[in-house]
Amino acid sequence: MPIAQVPNLMPALPEIFLACAAMALLMLGVFQKPGPEEEIKTARLISYLSVTTLVLALLLVLTVSGERLLAFGGMFVVDPFAMFFKVLALIASATAIVISRQYLEIQDIARFEFPVLIVLATLGMMMMISANDLIALYLGLELQSLCLYVVAAFQKDDARSTEAGLKYFVLGALASGMLLYGCSLVYGFTGTTGFEGLATQFHGAAGKSPSVGLVIGIVFILAGLAFKVSAVPFHMWTPDVYEGAPTPVTAFFSVAPKIAAIALFVRVMVGPFGDLVAQWQQIVIFISIASMLLGAFAAINQHNIKRLMAYSSIGHVGFALIGLAVGDAVGVRAILVYMAIYLFMTIGTFTCILCMRRNNRMVEEIDDLAGFSKSHPMVALAMAVFMFSMAGIPPLAGFFGKFYIFLAAIEAQLYTLAIIGVLSSVVAAFYYLRIIKVMYFDELTDSLDKPIGREMAAVLVGTGLVVLLFFGFLAPVVSGAEGAAAALFAG
Amino acid sequence: MLEIGLSHYLTLAAVLFTLGFFGIFLNRKNVIIILMSIELMLLAVNINLVAFSVELGDLVGQVFAMFVLTVAAAEAAIGLAILVVYFRNRGTIEVEDINLMKG
Repeated sequence: MPIAQVPNLMPALPEIFLACAAMALLMLGVFQKPGPEEEIKTARLISYLSVTTLVLALLLVLTVSGERLLAFGGMFVVDPFAMFFKVLALIASATAIVISRQYLEIQDIARFEFPVLIVLATLGMMMMISANDLIALYLGLELQSLCLYVVAAFQKDDARSTEAGLKYFVLGALASGMLLYGCSLVYGFTGTTGFEGLATQFHGAAGKSPSVGLVIGIVFILAGLAFKVSAVPFHMWTPDVYEGAPTPVTAFFSVAPKIAAIALFVRVMVGPFGDLVAQWQQIVIFISIASMLLGAFAAINQHNIKRLMAYSSIGHVGFALIGLAVGDAVGVRAILVYMAIYLFMTIGTFTCILCMRRNNRMVEEIDDLAGFSKSHPMVALAMAVFMFSMAGIPPLAGFFGKFYIFLAAIEAQLYTLAIIGVLSSVVAAFYYLRIIKVMYFDELTDSLDKPIGREMAAVLVGTGLVVLLFFGFLAPVVSGAEGAAAALFAG
Repeated sequence: MLEIGLSHYLTLAAVLFTLGFFGIFLNRKNVIIILMSIELMLLAVNINLVAFSVELGDLVGQVFAMFVLTVAAAEAAIGLAILVVYFRNRGTIEVEDINLMKG
């Protein structure tokens, strides 16, 4: 008998690669020459290498997967669903590093720890997306969250950034505590932490009502996850953190962690608790409606564009959760398509926001965009495309995202949900269109800085083209999402 | 004599968890107390996990508790670090003073 069996680590190869690369990059950064000039150079080098690492991890993700594979004693799963979300998370993180470089140098916080922290947070997200056990879920979530608390407070001489970090930390730790309490109850009342074990226990128990302790456990887990995706009523941290954190960090927060948390939310609810759909469907419907309405109405009065984007992202999460409330393969497919589109719209919008500088200082008021179309015609055009897309105007990408979501809701006969969704997207269109109005019809007062920088232009062109020409890629994205959703329901 | 069983442990954990939870919301004085409340919540979870583990005769719960302890230590370290940079900027850690941004 062999003393030690070598476990099959192949499914986790992208994660192992990211973990090793992050530590190597950290070492590389620590042993560079000190000094302010060198510090910026090191930061640039590590940013560049981090983006390369993420791209390599993306290639590994694409080569490793294909069918359902398990690793680490069934705690870690790789399937087309995980692959879809990992690709999105890696694209989001890599782009976030690319668009952050210029901002960090202007704000004098260009330090090499930033890209390393983003890489580690991405590793946590990939662990979350692949989690197949409550322990793996918790560890992935915490690895991600601990990195995010630090990057939120990254501008450490700025009171608002540190306050954002502190608020995010306190409320994030609270949510982790609730999630964990739920996990302990679920473990106690079922005797297992593995998702497959839980699913088999509940299988065929659809008619019977489960024990009270178990339901309380599921509700606690739901609350913790709702916090991480910033759904109402657990959204209160989002506007403050988004406003206070440095803008590239906000851009990162509003895409990558959200995508990973939605993936986890869907996997937990559909996988182990899939047969208890009657217990949690009402809660998800409530969360979804409340998020859509709050996202639509609370954003109307905002002056700060980052705060507005925070409410907008709460609304978008509400739309995505409609797909989860539907709870079948069609709904999950709609979520996947929606998150893919959301990624490109949001990254593009934040790239435009990062271009808002006056005399080399960042400005964040919506009124500062007055006359933007005259000073920066191309950036304003891109911003207009993103805003129209967020509002859901065809033929832009955002329309298709909402279309598949509402289609799923109507097919499942959740008419109330679909109607409230359409109405709140009409209300939300008001503040998206107001930004376009300010850019194109308000008088130019004080021009914003030019030029915007090469990386920013490249990201803008890339995301802009994706959003504009999405109907061209619609078929492959939808069929990919369909395969991914089917994989989740087959297991 | 009173037998200490699973329900006693669960009640204790629930009480500690609730204390931690309300400690975060009702406390108006000091952020350090919030950090202590968070620790309290995580320790309540550990009591739950270990009690269940013994009751079920299954080691997974204790393994889980070990992981929670480790992560709680890392979390406390990061929380205190953020608190220190916050204090350097504001010169106070009163909960009521954390109000630069309001909705």
